[in-house]
Amino acid sequence: MTKAITVSGLHKSFGRTHALDGLDLEVASGEVHGFLGPNGSGKSTTIRVLLGLLRADSGAAQVLGHDPWTDAVEVHRRIAYVPGDVTLWRNLSGGEVIDLYGRLRGGLDPRRRAELIERFELDPTKKGRTYSKGNRQKVALVAAFASDVDLLILDEPTSGLDPLMEEVFQRCVAEERDRGRTILLSSHILSEVEELCDRVSIIRKGRTVESGSLADLRHLTRTSVVAELAGPPDGLAGLPGVHDLDVQGRRVRLQVDTDGLDAVLRSLSESGVRSLTSTPPTLEELFLRHYQDEAAAR
Amino acid sequence: MTTFAVRPGSSRQLAGTGTLLRFALRRDRLMIPVWIAVNALMVLSMPNTLEGLYGTPAERADLIRQMETNSSLRAMVGPVFGDSLGALTAWRAGVYAGALAAVMSLLVVVRHTRDEEESGRQELVASGMVGRRASLTAALLAAAVANGVLALLLTAGLAGQGTAGALALGLGIAGVGMVFATMAAIVAQLTESARLARGLTAAVLGAAFVLRAAGDSATDDGSSVLTWVSPLGWLENLRPYADERWWVLALLAGAALVQGAVAYGLAGRRDLGMSFLPTRPGPATGRLGSAGALAWRLQRGGVLGWSIGFLLAGIVYGGMTEGAADLVGDNENARRIFERMGGRSGLTDAFLASMVGMLGLVAALYIVASVLRLNGEETSGRAEPVLANAVGRLRWAAGHLVIAFGGSTLIMLLAGLGLAAGYGRETGPILGACLVQLPAIWVIGGLAVLLHGLLPRAAAAAWGVAGAVLLIGWVGPALDVPQAVLDLSPFGHLPKLPGGSMEWGPVVVLTGLAVALVAAGLAGLRRRDMIT
Repeated sequence: MTKAITVSGLHKSFGRTHALDGLDLEVASGEVHGFLGPNGSGKSTTIRVLLGLLRADSGAAQVLGHDPWTDAVEVHRRIAYVPGDVTLWRNLSGGEVIDLYGRLRGGLDPRRRAELIERFELDPTKKGRTYSKGNRQKVALVAAFASDVDLLILDEPTSGLDPLMEEVFQRCVAEERDRGRTILLSSHILSEVEELCDRVSIIRKGRTVESGSLADLRHLTRTSVVAELAGPPDGLAGLPGVHDLDVQGRRVRLQVDTDGLDAVLRSLSESGVRSLTSTPPTLEELFLRHYQDEAAAR
Repeated sequence: MTTFAVRPGSSRQLAGTGTLLRFALRRDRLMIPVWIAVNALMVLSMPNTLEGLYGTPAERADLIRQMETNSSLRAMVGPVFGDSLGALTAWRAGVYAGALAAVMSLLVVVRHTRDEEESGRQELVASGMVGRRASLTAALLAAAVANGVLALLLTAGLAGQGTAGALALGLGIAGVGMVFATMAAIVAQLTESARLARGLTAAVLGAAFVLRAAGDSATDDGSSVLTWVSPLGWLENLRPYADERWWVLALLAGAALVQGAVAYGLAGRRDLGMSFLPTRPGPATGRLGSAGALAWRLQRGGVLGWSIGFLLAGIVYGGMTEGAADLVGDNENARRIFERMGGRSGLTDAFLASMVGMLGLVAALYIVASVLRLNGEETSGRAEPVLANAVGRLRWAAGHLVIAFGGSTLIMLLAGLGLAAGYGRETGPILGACLVQLPAIWVIGGLAVLLHGLLPRAAAAAWGVAGAVLLIGWVGPALDVPQAVLDLSPFGHLPKLPGGSMEWGPVVVLTGLAVALVAAGLAGLRRRDMIT
């Protein structure tokens, strides 16, 4: 499988702030790749390097087989970008901006444009200043989805969209994926990521901390188990991968790494299980673990 | 809400005004003092300058006679009402000081009203313990404080020429300021865009200037109806240092109060962020297809405005050339100043050359404004999505730079055509003289490109450069500034045309310098990070 984006060992400092500290990222062609991390972790900086707006201090970045800094125009012909905070010209209408962006990318499909405007319920005759936050996002989204490009770079694109529009957005992304387009989606909306993304990368303090398919990542997290036993539990504490063990008489609460689940269940059934609740790992827990680790490290 | 009657809750309408006023003054802690200082310096340096120009009673009688007969000059500066230094100061500086106070006031008021609403900041402020009328009141009070301080400085500074006249002139100038402060408060209710509010209020100021000029060219004592409908005409008819007509101050105060009441009335009838002239919808599809077309779309209004202004200024200056040269010809000192500005040649040529030089200096402001649109696009975040398309940085910059450098050529050509049309002769030499200004204008533009390319966060310093050049060019010749200082300005190296002899050396060197500055700026732009 070819790579749409490959980034390795990317460093970027602004004065004394190290925004990117050896970041790695791989996005395969045709996948929807979630790009996650707490505020200020370097997501937007990475995207701006990928767009050739910032020059990395060191490290390598390739977008669609080109260096985004030296071949910016070549790369941009095949990219559509939606920033998280769209600013428009006060005296240009939304329709004019959509067409401008489309032409600057080498044309857009008028049928698809009309269809998207209808689906997003956007009034294209309003002037830039009079759009609300969500509607400004829609202008950029329509321009991006109506363009004939290979790679969509979306930086928190749904901020300000209502839940209905969020659904329209998710359907559009799925359609783009079905057409074989690659999408890099930076987002804080976990349901969005869970719904759309084939693989995700989580970054923290300018470094990639996890990367893989959602199934892989779930594997990394813990299942919580609550059990009522027939007899006193035995030997649970010594098992590998068991955390936060709490035994009160015959009642057991624990967290266990996915790898250790099997051993824990065997040990429990030896004591006789009266009732058992096990909660599978959620994406949310995965993120919270990574985000909170950072909060603790601060 | 047009009445000020007490009603339940109305005492809370002004809640928070004091806090907002302090906040406004803190935000303007640099801007307001600079405007006041420039204005006061201009007025207070006038007695000295005039003493040098018209030292003897004979010279002053001559001046008054000339002003009585020369209608085009009266249109520019207004009639003279007395021969004391104070009266001459009021004549020469009054209208311009009033106009400066008006510009300061309209900027302050729009900045703290419509600007705040447009940016969305007002919403957050208004959600606090802030009364419905507090923002407008704080903005008007900030303008009142600024104009009050100005009046105080002028009165104190001119008291040596006589206290009554000093007080009349100070209050008159501050009064004009407040008339335009309240005018801006009205316009800020009408438009949704702060830029448009500033433009419209400035247009009203321009109209007031034109009405006064037309009235003064028709009569030699300010009694024309046209003069009387202009607030700037009232200032003149206040006649400081020439039997002050104090009641005219009531006109200024009355106009300010009535306009203020209208502004409050309008403000009470609309929602936050809304206006009485709503933004019209635009086309659903656009034809803009390139970065260059976008740049033109963003700048075309500015180019049009500057073009009209330069053409009209050219026609007006051209029309008064003969008369001005006659007047100057009788005064040894004035002639010396004109010759320093315009070169040693026939007086009409010297006058034309100094006008061409003035327009060239003003064109430097155009080119800075136009080049810095690049900076505005970048810092506002609007450039980022454009550059994320298949648009190279150089092509993006080129769109704006063609307009900046080409536009400066266009407006100087139009100024030349206007001058030639107004003067009625010498079309070729005048056009040539206007074009010779371009290399110096381009050097200033090149500096702006360089700053944007290398130090984008400090690009506004280009305004400082343009301002310094303007100051050297305008004030330098009259103040016997050392040549070394005059030489700092690229305009100081240009041949004085028409009349003088053409020198290609400086023209070629300055053009080369401008090209080098632009190239260096663009090279910097290509290499650096984009900022947001």
